[in-house]
Parts: sequence; C-alpha cells; structure tokens
Amino acid sequence: MTRPGSPFFKTGMVLAAVAVLLVSVCMGAAIGETAIPVTIVGQTIANKVWGSGYPVVPLDEGIVWSYRLSRAVVAACCGSALAISGVVLQSLLRNPLADPYILGISAGASTGAVSVAILGLGTSMLSLPLGAFLGALVGFLLISLLAVKTGTGPTAIILAGVAGSQLFNALTSFIVTKAATAEQARGIMFWLLGNLSGVRWPDAYLAVPATLLGLVICLWHSRALDAFAFGSNSAASLGISVLRTQIVVIGASAVMTATMVSIVGSIGFVGLVIPHAARMLVGVRHGVLLPASALIGAVFMILADICSRTLIPGQVLPVGVVTALVGAPVFAVILAKKRERA
Amino acid sequence: MKLSANDLSWSIGGTALLQSISFDVADGEFFGIVGPNGSGKTTLMSLLSGIRKPQVGSVTLDGQPLSKIGRRDVSRSIALVEQQAETGERLTARQAVELGRTPHLGAYTPWTQVDAETVNRALRNVDMDHLAGRYWHTLSGGERQRLHIARALAQEPKVLLLDEPTNHLDIGHQIDLLDLVGKLDLTVVTALHDLNHAALFCDRIALMQNGSLVALGKPSDVLTVRCIREVFGVEAEVETIGHGSCNIRFLPRGRVDLAREGRLRAAS
Repeated sequence: MTRPGSPFFKTGMVLAAVAVLLVSVCMGAAIGETAIPVTIVGQTIANKVWGSGYPVVPLDEGIVWSYRLSRAVVAACCGSALAISGVVLQSLLRNPLADPYILGISAGASTGAVSVAILGLGTSMLSLPLGAFLGALVGFLLISLLAVKTGTGPTAIILAGVAGSQLFNALTSFIVTKAATAEQARGIMFWLLGNLSGVRWPDAYLAVPATLLGLVICLWHSRALDAFAFGSNSAASLGISVLRTQIVVIGASAVMTATMVSIVGSIGFVGLVIPHAARMLVGVRHGVLLPASALIGAVFMILADICSRTLIPGQVLPVGVVTALVGAPVFAVILAKKRERA
Repeated sequence: MKLSANDLSWSIGGTALLQSISFDVADGEFFGIVGPNGSGKTTLMSLLSGIRKPQVGSVTLDGQPLSKIGRRDVSRSIALVEQQAETGERLTARQAVELGRTPHLGAYTPWTQVDAETVNRALRNVDMDHLAGRYWHTLSGGERQRLHIARALAQEPKVLLLDEPTNHLDIGHQIDLLDLVGKLDLTVVTALHDLNHAALFCDRIALMQNGSLVALGKPSDVLTVRCIREVFGVEAEVETIGHGSCNIRFLPRGRVDLAREGRLRAAS
C-alpha cells in the first residue's frame, strides 16, 4: 500500500484532483436547461482546443463553448480563489470567522460598482467590473491603513474591517436610494448577491491567472502559514518574517478576491465555510490544506452554479443565494458529524 | 554560544518597561531571571529572542548583533518558549513539535528522516512521545507546556529562552523539566517565578524590579533576605547551601509581625 507522503501517493492525489476538476467542469457544461451529452462536450472541447474537427451541431457547440464552459471555468476559479483567501485569512488573523470580505473588499467593490453604474463616475473609461475592482482595492487599502494606525494584531485588522465595511455599505445604500431607478436598484441587487450570468471567456482569461498566481504565492508561504498556529510571536521565533508574510499573503488574497468580486459580485459563504470543511477532511497543514480548499471550492462553486441554473426552470437564481442555501445545511451536517467523532 | 544584552531599553507610551539592561550569559550557562510581576521579564525575553527590536541598545550573539543576523538564522540559534501560546487549530502533539523544524526547512525543502528523528527525540526528551498522536485541545496545560519545550528543542538551538516554563506544571514535572533543561548542552536563559527553583538550578540569577536590573550574581549573593524584602516585599529566611545555592523559606505576614513583636519584647 502507498503511504501518504510518498512521492507516488502525492502524484496520485494531484492526478485525482485534476480529474475531479475536469469532470466537474464538464458537468457544468453538460447540465442545464437543455442537457447536452458529455460526449458532445468532449468533442466540442477537442474541436476548440486541438481543432479535431468532430461534427458537432453549431448551436450545441455555441452553448457548450461560449456559454457554459467559460462560466464553469470562472465559477471554478471563483470558488478556489475565495476558499484560498478564506484559509489564509483565518490562519493569519487566527479567527475562524474571517472570510475574504472581512478586509472591506466586497463593501469597497459594491461602492465602486454603484459609483460607476448609477452615478456614472468616469463611465467613459471605467466599466462596472473595473469600477468594482478599483473600489475593492481602495476599500482594502483604507482598511489596511486604519489597521496599521490602530495597532498591530489580528483584532485591530478585524475591527478596522468591520468599521470600514459599514462605511462603504452605507455609502452604497446611500447612492442606491438617492440616485438609482427601480430597474437599476434591482440590477445592482442582483450583482451584489453574486451572479455568474453574462460571464464569457475574457473573464476567464482574467480569473484563471489571478487564481493560479494567488494559489502559488500562498503555497510558497505554506510553511510560514503553518508557523502562525501559535500566533505571530511564535511564528517570529520560528524564523518567519511576520510582517512580510502578512503583507504578501494578505495582499495576494486581496487582489484575488477583488478580481473575483469585480467579475461575479460578492458571493458569500464559500470563503468562510470551504476552509473549515477542508480542514476537517485533510487537517491543518497548509501544504495540503490550500490545494484541497482550492479543489473543494472549485467543485462546490460549479455545483452551486448548476443548481442556480436548474433549480427553478426558466429562471436563474443569483449563485450567492444558492451557495448559502445549499452550503449552510451541508456545513451544519459536517459540524454535527465532527462532534460525533470527537 | 554567548548571549549578551547591551544597554537594552524599551518603553511603551512613555512608560519605560526596561531601562538600560546589560549582562552577558556565558556559553552553557543556566541563567535565571527573577522579579515580581510586571518587572519586565517577558519584555526582556522577547528582546533577547529577537522577536522585538530594542529601541535602545542591542542583543548580541557571540558578539554579533541580532539585527545583523537574518531572522531565520537567529531562529536556528535561539529558541523561545513563550509563557502562554495557544492555538485554535486542530493539530496533533506531533504536528505542534514539527513546527520547530521550520527554520531548517525552505518553502519546498522536503521533510526528511532527519527531521522526523529530531522531532522524535524532542518528544522523548519531554516524555511526551506516548501522547504524540493526541490532538492539542485534548491535552492538559502541563502537557502543552512540555510540547512547547519539545518544539523549541526540535529547532536544535544553541540558546534556549524560557519564559516561566514551569507554570501549569505539577511539582514533579517542574523539577523534571528544569532537570532536563539543565542537562541539555545548551545556554539557557529562563524567567522563573519560584525563587527556590531559581536558586536550585541557576548558575547565576538576574533580579529585576520595575524594568531595571537590581542584582546579578550567584543565587546566594542575589537572593538575600534584604533583596527579597525590598524587591518582593516579603520576609524570608535564607539558608545558604554549598556551591552558591540557597534555600528560601518565606514567612507569612502574620507570623512576621509576631516574630518582630517577640524580638521587641525580648529586647525590652
């Protein structure tokens, strides 16, 4: 039997993870209002990627390639990115309730989005996603500055995040109530809840590199993240440059999250819950925990997206609603199971 | 390795927590730091370990300032056991000790047999190898403290810094632990609460009060009746027992008054 830790076992796990991911993406492409057989999905991918020239109905090919595959890929990236961000923030801030939005990223993004979409700030140059991205970074920087001013330590960052998020949410509500038409308000509401509709390949070209880069940076720091288990003093005495690690890793997760928020809005729950589920399954070592969270997040998000398209025929739910509706009970079951085992 | 504090000062918001502290700890010495609560022991330990940079002065290791040595290299020479380090993570006893190998491992250096054996040895040293598979949150305070020491030992340091390592331990484990630390071929600097333990195990003692070093020397020279009265505000009887060690018996306040009264009566 191969033991965990042997190179053979590791290679096997990586291959299995890639296989699970590919199967999920194909499911995302096959399942929908019009079900498309997996063979057609495979043939379409082969045609587009290798130019194999299988005879596929152009309509099916269009649905699979332009609509569902891009969407599944972005969903996977989004789930991974949020889960990775959740893992590193929970570890560095030593708070199990930390999630990717705790640093004001989603609040800042929504303010940025409404500024562009409703107030029309810089509409000549800025699109809504770009506005959201800039808003997210402004929110994150302001809150980081506030945290640095008020003192070091996890509590300062979390308090600064809560205060900053409230401010940006109030600004968003103010702009929406003051300036938006009913139609605009509904549109913004849909975006705020997290929404994968309208996602196309150009979005994937942004989401894939952002996620991979974030994952690599966090993995590079996985031993440093392990060393934070007993707090930052303990990490420092184990030779970790505490400040540099915090800046690099939190910065990477902020950019990752801001990218996702700008593409799909703020999808809740994934970044909070997937890390906990992954910890229960694979333990607390970041070298394993980070890839596991990325995989679980990706698969979860693809499944949530499938549900959001198929639960109510003829209507697409915001995926953020599904992640919470499906995720919360699942998480409750996991928690209960864990209690039994302990 | 020789560890030196040179004119260390540290203050927070105008309050001086440490004021011009200087001393040298010789290679292989067992050096104790004693003093009342709030006298600056913990701050001093964090400066000595290099996790905080002194505002004034420097800490040197074999003559080289810690600020000139990289963070990682410092942690291969100096290990610190903090007073209260807790975790909410579900890690096992062994995993907690394995963290001690961090300074010796790069981002992608594989975990080797040597690392595993070092961890095993550290676990055996603190008599925790039989509990290595247990989860952290299921262990007692004393067991956790022994694991912290095992983690420091897994760092394979030259200098071991301990901040009140015997807290939470029963008397048997207190003595075992100090015995163990004393037998290691290491320079040890430890803050201690119990003056008798300090007297029993330390080669030299630094006595601190309000952030200043008030006495430094062999236990029997530092822990005198007068010093204990002035620094701790407690009456005691001190009996010197060979090799600069001593035995301290504290007197309850009520009995001190009675004793003084008896002396007065005898004198009149």
